Amino acid sequence: MSDDRTFVIIGASQAGGWVAQTLRNEGFEGKVILIGEEPYLPYERPPLSKAALLGEVTVDSTYFWQADALKEADIEVRLNTRVTAIDRDAKEIETDGGERITYDKLAITTGARVRKLPIEGADLPGVFYLRTMEDTLAIREAVKDGTTAMIVGGGWIGLECAATLTKLGCKSIVVEAADRLCGRAVTPEISDWMLNFHTGHDVDVRLSTGIEKFEGDGKLERAVLPGGDSIDCSIAVVGIGVIPNVELAQDAGLDIDNGIVVDERACTSDPVIVAAGDVTNHPNDLLGRRIRLESYENAQNQGITAGKAMLGTAEPYSEIPWFWSDQFDANLQMIGLPQDWDETATRGDVAANEFVTFYLKDGVIDGAISVNNPRDLRVGKRLMQGKKPVSAAELEDPETKMQALLKR
Amino acid sequence: MSEIEYHAVAKTNEIMEEDVKGVFVGDEEIAVYNVEGEYFATHGVCTHENVGLADGFVEGDLIECPLHSACFEIKTGKAVNPPAEIDLKTYPVKVEGDTIYVGIEK
Repeated sequence: MSDDRTFVIIGASQAGGWVAQTLRNEGFEGKVILIGEEPYLPYERPPLSKAALLGEVTVDSTYFWQADALKEADIEVRLNTRVTAIDRDAKEIETDGGERITYDKLAITTGARVRKLPIEGADLPGVFYLRTMEDTLAIREAVKDGTTAMIVGGGWIGLECAATLTKLGCKSIVVEAADRLCGRAVTPEISDWMLNFHTGHDVDVRLSTGIEKFEGDGKLERAVLPGGDSIDCSIAVVGIGVIPNVELAQDAGLDIDNGIVVDERACTSDPVIVAAGDVTNHPNDLLGRRIRLESYENAQNQGITAGKAMLGTAEPYSEIPWFWSDQFDANLQMIGLPQDWDETATRGDVAANEFVTFYLKDGVIDGAISVNNPRDLRVGKRLMQGKKPVSAAELEDPETKMQALLKR
Repeated sequence: MSEIEYHAVAKTNEIMEEDVKGVFVGDEEIAVYNVEGEYFATHGVCTHENVGLADGFVEGDLIECPLHSACFEIKTGKAVNPPAEIDLKTYPVKVEGDTIYVGIEK
């Protein structure tokens, strides 16, 4: 081996896996060590609330790279291993097994963990969270046809989970503290659509409420609502957001501000440490502000940027945020993080569950959300990227060819 | 050498420039493209996950998967953008009159 450097990656996640893979794709010949707490190789999280929960896919099929591919790339993967400290002066990390590993460069891709529900009974068996493969396997194991499932949180995870559990024969009840669904991510009109859509699929959605406490004799038996009403249920899934895993970086003295602070090349305040994925607070030039994203695309592409940054070849990373969600037979996709807009334009048929709503600011697209219409959304993304002037009227006109707008 | 058999899959006016149409030949799902007036065909399912590319987005000579944004070269099937790493199979195409034919190994 012509290169005697060691690059260490903390977090065998989607982002961490892409850092490792990128190092090899870019020709790095030194040692690559990828360390993960979980017993699994880097896997796709989107199926956890969908195909994997339905039991349609195996654990192996969610791996980004199979074991032999990682071996062939000479990536040393250490699973079931937690890093307990980063010693920046010595350029060493310490693992829970007491091992110290010296690094020349380090990547932190520790992701995020679920926010816990701070109520009585939340630790009863039968109360689940959904973030990891273990969570999904445990929920699957507990689900029985006809079970009442209490879903706490009407955000993306809660709604996907409600849809999947309903498909599995459960009676799904969603409780959401806010007065509308997915309130942090979508507009009131889309929240209304979601409510109708889920209600139409026999999901019992209860807004502006929460769970007072869970009760049961050794396991979950019922949820008590404010006011004293109770609902019998044998499982509950809590999806009330995640917290970035910044502690290692924080203890090592790196800059932290709602995530590990990195620049447009995924570099932290330490020149030999990069970070990528859900854990980073990064600048986004296209939006003109700093953001922390919990998204598939960011984990992948910022991971690739971080890998290149370790080799000194990274270009600035800035993309329009893009998310998707699958709920029953609806594929939702979202671009941008629109905050304030002048007008909206809806193209397609909302009642038929096939449409896209664009958010316009100063005559250009500032974001969009689509339901069963990924193609128009794609074109919208390119229009947004190119800051192409468009009018609400032409976007709404079914006669308008979206592709044609790109070519003006 | 296996023999190629051509199957009529679409009329030329069904696929606009920079567009894609999904067709089936037997059980084989195929995506047929129009790139600057020329027609091409690839396997119709993204090599990353089981998603039909006919719902994808054609830009120039690239097809982008509607689900995860993986990109492939339409003419060669080459995977050019993650998360896809495996190339798409391509098929020979011929046009006779206004009919597009895709060649499948017998």
